[in-house]
Amino acid sequence: MESNKSFVNFSDRTALKVALVGNPNCGKSTLFNALTGLHQKTGNFPGVTVDKKSGYAKLNNKLTAEFVDLPGTYSLYPKSIDERVAFEVLCDPNNADHPDITIVVADASNLKRNLFLVSQIIDLKIPVILALNMMDLVEQEGDVIDAIRLSEKLGVKVVGVSARSKEGVDELKAALLQPLPVPQYDFIDIKKIAGELIEKISAIVKVNSDFVAFQIINNFSEIHYFDKKSDKKEKIGEVLAVSKVDHNKLQSDESVERFKIINRIVEECITHKSALKTESFTHKLDGVLTHRIWGYVIFLTVLFFIFQTIFFLAAYPMNWIESLFVSLSQWASHLLPVGEISNLLVNGILAGLSGVVVFVPQIALLFAFIAILEDTGYMARVSFIMDKLMRRFGLNGRSVIPLISGVACAVPAIMSTRTISSWKERIITIMVTPLMSCSARLPVYTLLISLVVPHNKTLGFFNYQGLILMFMYLIGFIAAILAAWVMKWILKARERSYFIMELPVYRTPQWRTVGLTIFDKVKMFLFDAGKIIVAISVILWFLSSHAPSGRMKMVDEKYHTPEMLSKYTPNEVEAKISAEKLEVSYAGILGKSIEPAIAPLGFDWKIGISLVTSFAAREVFVGTMATIYSAGNTDNNQTIRDKMLAEVDSKTGLPKFSIAVGFSLLIFYAFAMQCMSTLAVVYRETKNWKWPAIQFLFMGILAYVSSFVVYHILK
Amino acid sequence: MFTRMTNAKKDKELKNLSQLQIGQSAIIDSFTDKIMALKLLEMGCTPGEIVTLDRVAPMGDPIAILVSGYLLSLRKAEASTVLVSPIVVK
Repeated sequence: MESNKSFVNFSDRTALKVALVGNPNCGKSTLFNALTGLHQKTGNFPGVTVDKKSGYAKLNNKLTAEFVDLPGTYSLYPKSIDERVAFEVLCDPNNADHPDITIVVADASNLKRNLFLVSQIIDLKIPVILALNMMDLVEQEGDVIDAIRLSEKLGVKVVGVSARSKEGVDELKAALLQPLPVPQYDFIDIKKIAGELIEKISAIVKVNSDFVAFQIINNFSEIHYFDKKSDKKEKIGEVLAVSKVDHNKLQSDESVERFKIINRIVEECITHKSALKTESFTHKLDGVLTHRIWGYVIFLTVLFFIFQTIFFLAAYPMNWIESLFVSLSQWASHLLPVGEISNLLVNGILAGLSGVVVFVPQIALLFAFIAILEDTGYMARVSFIMDKLMRRFGLNGRSVIPLISGVACAVPAIMSTRTISSWKERIITIMVTPLMSCSARLPVYTLLISLVVPHNKTLGFFNYQGLILMFMYLIGFIAAILAAWVMKWILKARERSYFIMELPVYRTPQWRTVGLTIFDKVKMFLFDAGKIIVAISVILWFLSSHAPSGRMKMVDEKYHTPEMLSKYTPNEVEAKISAEKLEVSYAGILGKSIEPAIAPLGFDWKIGISLVTSFAAREVFVGTMATIYSAGNTDNNQTIRDKMLAEVDSKTGLPKFSIAVGFSLLIFYAFAMQCMSTLAVVYRETKNWKWPAIQFLFMGILAYVSSFVVYHILK
Repeated sequence: MFTRMTNAKKDKELKNLSQLQIGQSAIIDSFTDKIMALKLLEMGCTPGEIVTLDRVAPMGDPIAILVSGYLLSLRKAEASTVLVSPIVVK
């Protein structure tokens, strides 16, 4: 393969498009980070819901290269949406992202399997550089790879790199500027497998290589890029219909053929220094981490640690953020003249922003953990030991982390479902995670439990209130698992679910990757979900601070009479005004208008208003209750509790917050989807409003029916 | 690839990959599920390749096999579509 090469040279260009492609776990993202640093952005591949990461690097003083990180794939057979993106970008020269140069990243310590994708890309006859990553691991294992020989055998440029230590990254950048050989010879003789058809296809549509024609034959229904040239598409369809090819056989023949040659190349290019390897570190560690007892003990400990951190440790920065926004609001309302604009800014926009930024500590911490677990290789073991259990409920071994994280907050939990490769299992995980009792429900639970459960009663050692609180968390978990089980039967799978997954060797985590993951996720949340959250909170602000013409003014006038002012202290008057203003506001009208619908659950319009305002965040329930019952100082739970306890049902003359109403409300808060931030994130992750809508409805119906049953049993 | 087999005798009985004992090696013979075969082929499980059962998950499923120099995990149902001939070391 040495002679008669053609070369491309891009060194005189000012812009260059480079695609990175490779197997999952080959270190492609690490290399991408090493090449581009912080000059990254996340966009979308046109027409599909796959995130596109791209970044820039200056190669010399006039040439800037754009690097696109294509989704990881083991082959060019598009089986998932991710893989189809990689396939179309590389095979279609008219694709907007089609690269000038393709860097195929291969894990050198796992060369044989990685060369499969390399060989397919070589047969596309596009300019290719092979980046042999993890050369440090190969050396550690005592093996030697003859890169020069490999380059000769493959007919492409080969650069050895260790992306983690950034070794070889500069050489890789330099290689982009040098003349590059374009593969001339076929890696395998694909015409031997489907020669006749390849010729027929090539006669209809101009293709870069025989292998592209072969790919068209095999993936015709998956290929979208013919849509504009529909007559060609029809012709190809006719040819294929007549030939009645067995695609599976063609593909498996191709794979076997490729591996025959790969095996030969690998034997020629790798020298194993030590014939007998001692039991590897990974094997020993697996003995403990996937042990039938220790495996679970360690996993539970890890979970406990993560849970504690996002539940308790994150509370500190969250409090700082909240008090920062409180001072900002005070400062803004002092600075601005009293009026609509300052009201909108303080109670609408600033409150909304505060509601967004407050999630940042939890998101950052959870993704720090997830990045470490992924990077070390432990996450794959978690899937390995949990898969059988989770599979019964339509979930996946990787659903465990999102579900448990949901106890702290569904927002980062749903963002972490990305690691679930099966579409169906990922959607189910996203749909049921908000049923786990999150930390925003805790203030609501505490208030309601203190209202209806006597605090001095005990059951043996256990305090009743504590037991009920535990029960609330348990019921959330059970609901999540059962909902998953039901969805397993309802949802149709888009693709066959596999659990064919590499268990990578254990490695120390890279802090750079951890940092970039946190940065990426926080940015994504702030800009994508944040917009929706701020918009909804402005709407909620409007609803609760505005009323049909003049009614707000009437409330002010009613209380600003000498009679009222002498009867109550100024603070009491203020509290009564806020309570009555909320009652006459649009939110109040909404709360009253839904009263007939929620009356069967034992709720009145006051609770109705709280349900409306809770949509900003569940804990707003406590504040709204405080306003409605004109408890004044919202920091004091005791006064709200006392006022709510004193409330009497006008019909029965008994306390309004009976055991039946209290539990009905508790169950409602456990199941209902009252969190705009979660809905915004579900939209961000599924890129379709259908899923948050379904989630809102199914959780709402579940909440309504359960509360109805609970209320009528306890009444 | 087949040179490594000189010290081993091929057992004529074919087994499912899911039926191997821990630590036992076998040579991949063929596949019974065409679609699954494609997925396994691209992961380096080609006919003639040596596989070793490395471990079984605590609940009996999935399993982890050593193939082409790396560790691959797959469900038992997936492994049962792979026919192998166990290697008997003399």
